[in-house]
This record gives sequence, C-alpha cells and structure tokens, in this order.
Amino acid sequence: MIEMKDVWKTYPNGVKAVNGIDIKIDKGEFVYIVGPSGAGKSTFIKMIYREERPTKGQIVVNGTDLSKLKERQVPRLRRHIGIVFQDFKLLPKLSVYENIAFALEVIEESKPNIRKRVMEALDLVSLKNKARFLPDELSGGEQQRVSIARAIVNNPDVLITDEPTGNLDPETAWGIMDLLEEINNKGTTVLMATHNKEIVNTIKKRVIAIESGMIARDEIRGEYGYEA
Amino acid sequence: MKLRTFGRHWKEGIKNLARNGWMSFASVSAVTVTLLLVGVFVALLLNLNEVGSQIEDDVEVRVFIDLTAKEQQQEALKQKIQGVPKVSSVTFQSKEEGLKQLIKSLGDEGKAFSSLEKENPLNDVFIVKTANPQDTIEVAKEVKNFKSVEKVEYAKDTVERLFKVMNVSRNVGLGLIIGLLFTAMFLIANTIKITIVARKREIEIMKLVGATNWFIRWPFLIEGVLIGVLGAVIPISLLVFGYDYIYTEITTRYPTLFIDLLPVYPFVLQLAGLLVLIGMIIGVWGSFTSMRKFLRV
Repeated sequence: MIEMKDVWKTYPNGVKAVNGIDIKIDKGEFVYIVGPSGAGKSTFIKMIYREERPTKGQIVVNGTDLSKLKERQVPRLRRHIGIVFQDFKLLPKLSVYENIAFALEVIEESKPNIRKRVMEALDLVSLKNKARFLPDELSGGEQQRVSIARAIVNNPDVLITDEPTGNLDPETAWGIMDLLEEINNKGTTVLMATHNKEIVNTIKKRVIAIESGMIARDEIRGEYGYEA
Repeated sequence: MKLRTFGRHWKEGIKNLARNGWMSFASVSAVTVTLLLVGVFVALLLNLNEVGSQIEDDVEVRVFIDLTAKEQQQEALKQKIQGVPKVSSVTFQSKEEGLKQLIKSLGDEGKAFSSLEKENPLNDVFIVKTANPQDTIEVAKEVKNFKSVEKVEYAKDTVERLFKVMNVSRNVGLGLIIGLLFTAMFLIANTIKITIVARKREIEIMKLVGATNWFIRWPFLIEGVLIGVLGAVIPISLLVFGYDYIYTEITTRYPTLFIDLLPVYPFVLQLAGLLVLIGMIIGVWGSFTSMRKFLRV
C-alpha cells in the first residue's frame, strides 16, 4: 500500500527532516505515527500525498511510484487519499453538506452521485441532522467529524490524519477514535500522527516512532513511549 | 470539460469579481484608459498610413518656368530635368491649361477667375514625377537651381511633416501604450491575487482532495477575462461613435479635401475586435502571473 525505500528529505533551508526511512504499510492497517515535535512526522506524511517530494529514495503509494509521477498526475493520486487536519480546514461560509460535497464537486462528480455519497458520509459520522449547519455552529468534535466525512466521501484507500484529536477534549477525542476505527474496519488504511499517549496506549495498534527523521521504533502493538 | 463544470467556473469567476468590488473597479478602469488610448492611437496611425499612401501616390514636383523664358530655353530646361536621375516623367502644362484646371477645381467659385483668361497670371509649368515618392525632395532641390526656373513647388510640407508626425507619434504612442498595458496587467494581477489570497484555503483544500490545476485556474482566468472585456466596453463605444462622428464631420465639412479617411465600416468593427482581444489577453496574462505561486501545494 505505502512503501518507502531509503527516503531522505532535506529542505532548501538546510533542515534535514527525514534521514533514511524504510517502511512498509499494508492495506487495511491502522498505524500511529508518534515522535517529538519537529522529528519529521509531518514531512513523512506530506511525502505520501506528494505535497513534499523526497530529496532521495523511492516512495510507492497504491502501486504508483511517486518519483515518476508527473505534476498533472498528482490529482489522481490524491483522489485515493483522504486527509484530515488538526485544524479541520473547513470552509466557514459553506454548510456541513456543502463542505463535504465540495470535495466531490471539484473532482467533477455528478450531482446525484454527490448527494448520495455525501449522505452516506454524513450517516457514518452521525451528523445527518446537522447537514445545513455552518461549521461555526458546531462543536470542535463535530467539526472534526465533518472534516473526516469530507476526507472519506471519496472512498479513499488511505486515510491520513494529522493529529485529529489535537484540538479536542478527551471525551470527544475518543469519539473520533471510534469513528477512525470504524473506517479502518471497512478496509481503509488509516495513518494517524498523534501526541495522544492515552489513546495510543489504550487502543493498541502498530506504532511507528520517528525521531530525528529516522524510524526509532516500529512495533505491531506498540506503546506511545514518550512522556506526554 | 463538462458543461456543468464550465457553468460553475463562470459563476465562480463572476462571484470573485463582485467580491472585491473596488479592486475590480480599479482594474477595469485601468483597462479602460489603456484601451481607449490604444484605440485612439491605432485609429490615428492607420488613418495617417492611409493618407500617407494616398499622398505618396500623387506626389509630384511642379517646376514653374520663368515668365521670360523663350520656347528654346524651355526645351533646354526640359532636357536638363529629364537628365536628372530618378526622374521618371516630365510633362508640360501651359498656363492656359493651368488656369482651366484651377477654375475647374474651385467649382462655382472658380468662375470668378474666368475673367483672368486674358491676362493669365500663371506660369507655364513642368510637372515632374519621380520613380520613388521619397525622391521628390532631392529632385526638387536639384531642379531649383536650373536656369529659367522661377520656383519649384512640391508637397514638401505635407510629405515631410506627415512622415515626421507619423514616426514620432508611432514611437511615442507605442511607448505609452506598452507602459499602459503593463500597468493594466499589473493591476489585474493584483486584483486576482487578492481574490486568490481570499480563497487560499479553498484552493488548498481543492488541491488536497485532488482537483486538477486547470479546474482551480479557470474561475480566475474568467475573472481576468471579464475585467479585460468590461474594460473594453467604454473605449469601444466611444471609438465607434466618436470615429463615426469625426468621419462625418470631416467629410461633410470639407468635401473637397484631397484625402480620404478610412471608411467607418468595417474599420470600427475591426478596431472593436482588436480592443476586446487586447483586453482579454491582458486579463488572462494578469491572472496567470498571479496564480503561479498559489498552485504549488
């Protein structure tokens, strides 16, 4: 599903973010990416959906070698990847429904298809009754659900989440975890970068720890391993 | 592109335009001023060219023969003029013929001169033509010094001034217009940059969910094109009506004018097309330059 071979990334300003990562993540896995701030987690994630390109090494996602991917083929790659951010990145002037539909409109889906898929996604994140609300009228947890719905409405093979619980209170965070597990159970590979020790230690999954741009640990049912 | 998508792009483009009203207005105004000047300049230049080529066609040197010259001396002069290089033809016109022509060219008013037929004040004239219209000046200067020549006349002032005016106005106008085009483009680029910054988040999300660059670009291109086309409206109307007015004024007020301006149609339509085209080009160019950076996500 996702494979990195000896991947390095040095930014133009000299920062060495990733220093020789080898990793293989299979279809259907649920993986935590942990590690201190600035250790290279974000770069690692961004390289998967080709926001950043490695300076050296090979990345294969879904059978596509990203180094051979042309600029105009990037959209096709991203249509197979759902991305969720800590700050949700919702459009404030669009309703919940419109926010999710937006992801399908811009890839030119047909109207009836959009409607059907958005309703399914809303159903999955239990927000059907708030479809007409604006993001500001929702709680943080609900907003995160909307952003998850937007990420999965396209039925991606991989869901990448960058600290999805970072801005949420513990109880809401657990709700989001339930949702991510449910999505994972439907066969979607889930990558989750997180600083949430409690979640990682409770819901046991594969843990990949990144430190100084290298894989420090890779355990099948790992622990968070850092002081929170 | 699907038709529905095309409709969406137009809607978005128009929305963008309305959203930053004052900046849009400033850009449209810049385009308006630019295109107005471009239009006036082009109309002027093309007419100058037209008039210039008309005049060039009948440029001739009129050599006035000294009144005291005998037939023999006239014949000698003719030979001498024919000997000047670059001269293609020399025609004799007697003073009687000259007067007839003068009377005829003045129409009714000319009849007043009929009484002069007895005491014709005109000179006999050699009409000299050159192979190349530009050579008239040179030929005239040479012939002037010949014996039995009272004076030479040629469309010196008109020709020389016309060429000079044409060159100067062409250069000044071109410089001015290039500068204005850049200003207009820069303003459009800025307007669109404001739209883009306002929609940065939207663009980022579009890119992350896999929208193509062209999908993102279209509304901004349309915004640019709209600014360009809107900016062309006023200049085009002014030029169409203005040119029509000036043309009618000149042709009715000076019907005997020896020059012909370009007829109103199809000239103004071509001019209008040109202005719309230029407006669209600077609009598209403006949006392209400001978009490049933002699509790199």
